[in-house]
Amino acid sequence: MNTFLQQIVNGLSLGSIYALIALGYTMVYGVLRLINFAHGDVYMVGAYVGYYLSRKMAGREPSFVSAFIVMLGAMAACALLGLVIERLAYRPVRRASRLTLLITAIGVSLFLENGGQLVFGPDPKFFPSLAPHFDFLVADVRLTSEQTTVIGVSFLLMILLRLFIMKTRTGKAMRAVSFNLDAAKLMGISTDWIIAVTFALGSALAAAAGVLIGMQIPKIDPLMGIIYGLKAFVAAVLGGIGNVPGAVLGGLLIGISEVMVVGYLSSTYRDAIAFGILILVLLLRPQGILGRVQKEKV
Amino acid sequence: MKGFLLAVAVVAVLYAANAVFTGALGAGLAMSPYLLQVICLAGINIILAVSLNLINGFTGQFSIGHAGFMAIGAYTSAYVTVNFGDRVHSVLSFLPSAASDGALLLVALAAGALLAAIAGFFVGVPSLRLRGDYLAIVTLGFGEIIRVFILNIDAVGGARGFSGIPKIASFFWIYLFAALTIVVVYRIVHSSFGRTLIAIREDEIAAEAMGVDTTRSKVISFVVSSAMAGVGGGLFGHYLMYLHTNSFTFLKSIEIIIMIVIGGLGSITGSVLGAVLYITLTEGFREFAQYRMVLFSLMLVIIMIVRPQGILGHREFVSFLTRRRRLPAAPSAPLQS
Repeated sequence: MNTFLQQIVNGLSLGSIYALIALGYTMVYGVLRLINFAHGDVYMVGAYVGYYLSRKMAGREPSFVSAFIVMLGAMAACALLGLVIERLAYRPVRRASRLTLLITAIGVSLFLENGGQLVFGPDPKFFPSLAPHFDFLVADVRLTSEQTTVIGVSFLLMILLRLFIMKTRTGKAMRAVSFNLDAAKLMGISTDWIIAVTFALGSALAAAAGVLIGMQIPKIDPLMGIIYGLKAFVAAVLGGIGNVPGAVLGGLLIGISEVMVVGYLSSTYRDAIAFGILILVLLLRPQGILGRVQKEKV
Repeated sequence: MKGFLLAVAVVAVLYAANAVFTGALGAGLAMSPYLLQVICLAGINIILAVSLNLINGFTGQFSIGHAGFMAIGAYTSAYVTVNFGDRVHSVLSFLPSAASDGALLLVALAAGALLAAIAGFFVGVPSLRLRGDYLAIVTLGFGEIIRVFILNIDAVGGARGFSGIPKIASFFWIYLFAALTIVVVYRIVHSSFGRTLIAIREDEIAAEAMGVDTTRSKVISFVVSSAMAGVGGGLFGHYLMYLHTNSFTFLKSIEIIIMIVIGGLGSITGSVLGAVLYITLTEGFREFAQYRMVLFSLMLVIIMIVRPQGILGHREFVSFLTRRRRLPAAPSAPLQS
């Protein structure tokens, strides 16, 4: 029973990383109907920005303040990266066919991966420890401070995002654009601005996930975004693509099931489980757990 | 009859070219082994690109796991030759060794194509029922799953790689199958079934309203494309005599996509051009290997922005020369009343 609870905790901390990345996928899909393949690589860049920032702070004692600064810096840098990608690559092809948009996204993703290998070097780097380390023991379940931080910070960010989307004017405009882009435009919403905000927000969340994964699994490399990005996308589909709470739910479910497979079956299949789930979802409930069926219109 | 004669002529020309290139007609005429290998790999890339174009370019569905099907074909056919090769040879012992090697290759490729087609069916059915980009994600995931599974099968070498495959694929076989792939895809695209595929690409809802069973057509197109990828993989293994799962990563699928995007989605000659161009560029820029992929990815984005239809677009190279025949893809002009 205790090992089971321990696995649940491990799964939650991995799952909240997936959830943070999945939010970016689902938000961009909501406004543009685009699978932003480059999103996983934005997460990778976030981890590297965090790595270089924390190297700059190397002299100091590990503290929560420096961890906070590193995370804010990485989020700001990636929000900017998201804006640049949207402006230079996606906006020119926004009106083109979906296939064109998809190939562009793959191109951007490849560019970030290979550019990352060129700039950061192809070898993995080891993230310095940012925050002080200690363990909690709750009913024989070990909770490391990293896990607590990961779970706590991601839930905080998700709540903030939820408040932003539900309570602010920009959030309302985002919901309108995701409901119907053309109608939103006719109502006087600056859709270009809203799409840019969506990219910036999603990329910032991915950067936060990148820094958090750096704290938890200290090894980062330029191709780490591929597999995390894919699993996060599966999480978004599982929860219902375009649906913000769905992305969180999907992320947690994927994280927990992955940890369970590794814990009770075999670690070789850890990457296969997410895609197995994806195929099941597509067969049984293609709109996802929380998604609604969209009527096809001509 | 005309077609038959043409086929015989193509086979004869390929056979003669093979003899010349490998130096069977005198060492002076032989091509350098490096150049011959590049040309043969280009032929395999042509098979992969043309077959991927059937699903991506003509049917308008986006698959990014072609390397997975290639891997299934490669490993299955290599397994067949390594484990059943002796039996086939002993049954066909009355034939000269070249002919029985050829027969063995055909058996192995058939097995590889069959398994790749079955895999294509199981991947295609759940994802092609849905509209949108699900196929892209499922095929991508599937490509990775296949790699993980092969890595864990000890009978095909696992992480050590699969070695000891006899070298029975040659320039002749590779280009024979490249020609066959082109003919098959051409015949499919210019049949009434091909027109349903193009209708699906142009407007799925309209096609459905016209009575096209879209899911069925998409799945057939996908299965055929996967089987051809399996053949390409089988030739790849029997040419290089060694297989490792690292040859079939996501990057390989992307390479094939770059080829068909450069050449033109929905153009067979475009795919051939793209495949040849791609391998020429990669081999030419070998010294700048680390910048190569950065440049290619940038090129992909720029092509999408500037000329999303690729170099040839939907047209064929021949139609540029004659300007008479166009693909059925080209929308006909509205009737003047």
